[in-house]
Amino acid sequence: MSTMTKQETEALIQEVLEVYPEKARKDRAKHLTANDQSLEKSSKCITSNRKSLPGVMTIRGCAYAGSRGVVWGPVKDMIHISHGPVGCGQYSRAGRRNYYVGTTGVNTFTTMNFTSDFQERDIVFGGDKKLDKIIDEIEMLFPLNKGITVQSECPIGLIGDDIEAVSKKKAQDLDKTIVPVRCEGFRGVSQSLGHHIANDAIRDWVFSRAEGKEFESTPYDVTVIGDYNIGGDAWSSRILLEEMGLRVIAQWSGDGTLAEMENTPKAKLNLLHCYRSMNYISRHMEEKYGIPWMEYNFFGPTKIEEALRKIAERFDDKIKEGAERVIAKYKPEWQAVVAKYRPRLEGKRVMLYVGGLRPRHIIGAYEDLGMEVVGTGYEFGHNDDYDRTIKEMGDATLIYDDVTGYEFEEFVKKVKPDLIGSGIKEKYIFQKMGIPFRQMHSWDYSGPYHGYDGFAIFARDMDMTLNNPCWDSITPPWKKSGSAMSVAAE
Amino acid sequence: MPSVMLRRNEEGTLLFYVAKKDLEETIVSVETDTEDAWGGTVELSDGSKYFIEPISPPPAFPTTLRFNRV
Repeated sequence: MSTMTKQETEALIQEVLEVYPEKARKDRAKHLTANDQSLEKSSKCITSNRKSLPGVMTIRGCAYAGSRGVVWGPVKDMIHISHGPVGCGQYSRAGRRNYYVGTTGVNTFTTMNFTSDFQERDIVFGGDKKLDKIIDEIEMLFPLNKGITVQSECPIGLIGDDIEAVSKKKAQDLDKTIVPVRCEGFRGVSQSLGHHIANDAIRDWVFSRAEGKEFESTPYDVTVIGDYNIGGDAWSSRILLEEMGLRVIAQWSGDGTLAEMENTPKAKLNLLHCYRSMNYISRHMEEKYGIPWMEYNFFGPTKIEEALRKIAERFDDKIKEGAERVIAKYKPEWQAVVAKYRPRLEGKRVMLYVGGLRPRHIIGAYEDLGMEVVGTGYEFGHNDDYDRTIKEMGDATLIYDDVTGYEFEEFVKKVKPDLIGSGIKEKYIFQKMGIPFRQMHSWDYSGPYHGYDGFAIFARDMDMTLNNPCWDSITPPWKKSGSAMSVAAE
Repeated sequence: MPSVMLRRNEEGTLLFYVAKKDLEETIVSVETDTEDAWGGTVELSDGSKYFIEPISPPPAFPTTLRFNRV
């Protein structure tokens, strides 16, 4: 289906790389490739998870973003202190739209910003006393919090504060879970290490405290791991699992709670949606508690059907029947969606550049609508992500790792996709170039996109963006050749 | 001496995973793989080789072990 041959794609990459100085060109060349479906291992064609080049525009975040923003942030009944200067917490507050149920400021705190607001004197004399005081203040003002995490910003690591000691002491005083997370922004090359650090903090500080807690389990207990409930994603996934007869005992971490996290080691199967950010803890639970984990994909009806059957295979006939029942129930619903939107979207070409699981997971949903993904890439993916991507993408399509602002623009100019899905930093550049754009990090303020319900919204959004009449108005009337106006002027 | 997590994939073959190196490969061959010991030189699908003193009795997978590079 692809319109470019492998040679053309490779020539395009070479052409784009031309402007770089030689050293930079050599480095960047390793991160760009034309897809080759015959490869089993991505390490043969692409390098990933390396430090971005100084001087080019990268779209990556930091370890703090990975821990506070992604993994810990959505845990709704805990208070996450952005420990350090005020900006990190304030500018990352509530941006990911992790929906939750609860009364904000009383028993849930996800959209609030708690910070220790470091001043010069805290850098000079250390911030441990301040942290101690803040935790007391939080206890007084928000007594219904179930626990506290201390999310370190860069200065904490630089001045060598001992947040572990403070956390241990306060946890004992207050008899609460207090988690110090060493997610200083300078660690690692992207937010990816922040995910890992956050996962390790859960392992060390949550599971250890939870041991011995009573829990009534059933043979059908599963957890939803790596679903951050962006625009309600986890809810539209969860209902499918519940309808087929499973019991979802924990959501990690969208609309999740501390108690749910503590219960997770009692599950029978961990269902992993975002592999990148939570595979570490899934692997740990497999080793320590013997809970198997599996990846699944709830984007688009084809992949949902596949995933539901794959999940059901791990259980008895009752669940297998349940899966078939769910698939049959929703079939007319999604067929109506496809019938409505496919004719309007058929044959359109999409370029993606996002993070986590989306560069590969969403492909199926686009294909269900008759669209083709002609380029994809991860902000902070590792080689195992690209291993999983090669088979999903068509032959000779573009794959770019940690693409720079310049490269992305040039690729778009040459490939000329009909739609781009990327982040807010890219959105207005491409819209001004006259190319329809969806912000695919938080679904452009829409969603959910997971599950059957999400697919209907996804299809509507793509149609709404692509077939919007505003794209005809990008060229001003006096620049349109042969327009009525220029005729009149002559 | 990388710390390696060993687990079985869906097909039942052993995976060799080093988190710090982003390395996840299947194990092609193990020198000693009998009922009472497991270990020796381990060869991965990418051709690299690692060594571990044979463990007796064989460990239950998944597990984390320390290997040496060969």
